[in-house]
Amino acid sequence: MGNAELNIGNRKKRRKERIDRGIKARSSDIFALSSWREMLYLAAPRLLPIVGLLVLSVALSVYWQRVLLSVSVFALLAISWDIMAQTGMISLGQALFFGTGAYLSGTMNHYWGWPPYITIPLATIFGGLLCTAFLIPVLRLRGIFFSMVTLVLPLMLVRIIEATRIFGGTEGLSGLTALPSKWVELYVLIIVLLAVLFGFRRMMNSDFGLVLKGINDNDRSVMNAGINIYWFKIQALFIASSIGAFAGAFLTHVYLFVGMPVFALDYSILPIASAVVGGIGTLAGSMLGAFILVPLSEILRGLGGLRIVFYGLFLVVFTVAIPEGIFHYIQRKYHQFERWVEVE
Amino acid sequence: MEAAPLLKVSKLYKNFGGVQAIQDLNFELVEGELLGLIGPNGSGKTTSVNLITGFVKPTKGEIVFRGQNITGRAPYKIVRLGIARTFQMVKPFYQLPAYKNMIIPLYSPRVKQMTGGKYGDRDAVALDLLEEVGFERDSHVAYKPASVLPQGYLKRLELAKAIALNPDLIILDELFSGLSLAEVASIVPIIEKLRQEGKSIIMIEHRLKELFRIADRVIVLNYGEKIADGKAAEVMESDAVKNAYLGFEA
Repeated sequence: MGNAELNIGNRKKRRKERIDRGIKARSSDIFALSSWREMLYLAAPRLLPIVGLLVLSVALSVYWQRVLLSVSVFALLAISWDIMAQTGMISLGQALFFGTGAYLSGTMNHYWGWPPYITIPLATIFGGLLCTAFLIPVLRLRGIFFSMVTLVLPLMLVRIIEATRIFGGTEGLSGLTALPSKWVELYVLIIVLLAVLFGFRRMMNSDFGLVLKGINDNDRSVMNAGINIYWFKIQALFIASSIGAFAGAFLTHVYLFVGMPVFALDYSILPIASAVVGGIGTLAGSMLGAFILVPLSEILRGLGGLRIVFYGLFLVVFTVAIPEGIFHYIQRKYHQFERWVEVE
Repeated sequence: MEAAPLLKVSKLYKNFGGVQAIQDLNFELVEGELLGLIGPNGSGKTTSVNLITGFVKPTKGEIVFRGQNITGRAPYKIVRLGIARTFQMVKPFYQLPAYKNMIIPLYSPRVKQMTGGKYGDRDAVALDLLEEVGFERDSHVAYKPASVLPQGYLKRLELAKAIALNPDLIILDELFSGLSLAEVASIVPIIEKLRQEGKSIIMIEHRLKELFRIADRVIVLNYGEKIADGKAAEVMESDAVKNAYLGFEA
């Protein structure tokens, strides 16, 4: 429960006590099904992202609908980062997945003329396989050593494209096929985002997910159960890189262009910032973080050069004020109430 | 004529940099035997266990289990052959209930293989196993998060995780350390039951009194070398052992 202890002015010690709300206790029981209020309590957290995204998709102006696309793409990257982090792989290079997916679908569309509904799924799967293959040799590295490699790989790929002038070199590939309409764009992305969120949240809470989290927590103990941790890491890596590759492939067909910027640092750093601001370890927190940071960046656009200063300031204030992440904070308030009790 | 040994360690060496952690270690373990591994701090007890279970690769030497050479194999492969161990430092998932801590060993391919390709209801199996090691079912202690469990229960949990793999050889690394006499007394019957089931056991222990009551044979290590091997009472009479433990020739 994490009780905070501190001294107040009159030197009397008090501590914060957190107690589950009555409704939480009641709705964990079968009796929840006999009350609308309890059922809503259970369903609300799941309905909120679904209803929220659907309302946003129709209520927003065309400009903000484009922002919503970008937000959702970063949310996918943040979820992908979170899955890896929960398995003990701290990645500094979601851009590798994003860029690989983008270039794969761009290439298939540009050179072979394949339509997006073929290139996007293929880029998702083969992007996942390719990125997993890139990282398998370094899976044995732990902590910062693994992170360094993930940071360097996308930067290397950019230079390879620049130097060898493959895939359009510095110019990139333009004039790619668009998706049928902006509504298709929006709803395909929303559906995929929700499916990824709920599907992989379920996975991380299953026994399989427990093994993944176990690798992060105490890999020796998992090895000691006769489990090949590298095989499990490979599976998590494939899932995470496929999600990232989908994001890249999808956005390629929205921008109708793929070029070196897809390996930019933004695609690596912003997902991490989202996960940290939103809260690591729930996937929903990472998504929430993206839904705060990306629009914030848009709103601050009017500030010109000072934009990055305010953005940075916001990040610092948030991580200091709510280090656990916004999602964990909201989740706690939703399920528990707090009161001060005196300590003898 | 004795049966072929279950485990045979021959001419085992391990250097960490310039430090000779294990030197020329040789011993055999017969099926069903309970072997105590003792010695002063830093004498190489845990290192020898790490060598057998593959967590550390030997510099030289050979380890044979059931006629198979397992020297330098990956830990998870060795577990699948039937060697399970506990760790000296228990590190459970503190935020999870005790029975959920059993899920990882129950996810093991070894368990799947033994149950005919099916895992079954892991939660139910976990609760049964925990009851075996003394998580009384009526007390609901198995549902409590590991963070609130006393050390005695954490050690039992560690033991249950090893038993879940249904190993032929169980290696217990200082299972009794940090436990009260009463707690040790309540764990001893669990170990005796394992022996009745025909399991072979290696116990690293500092609690010699409790160990000598149940061990068939004791090996004493000092500075990575075996200095005595035999029945508990005989071993403690040896001058080399007295010297290692007490620091002078008795």
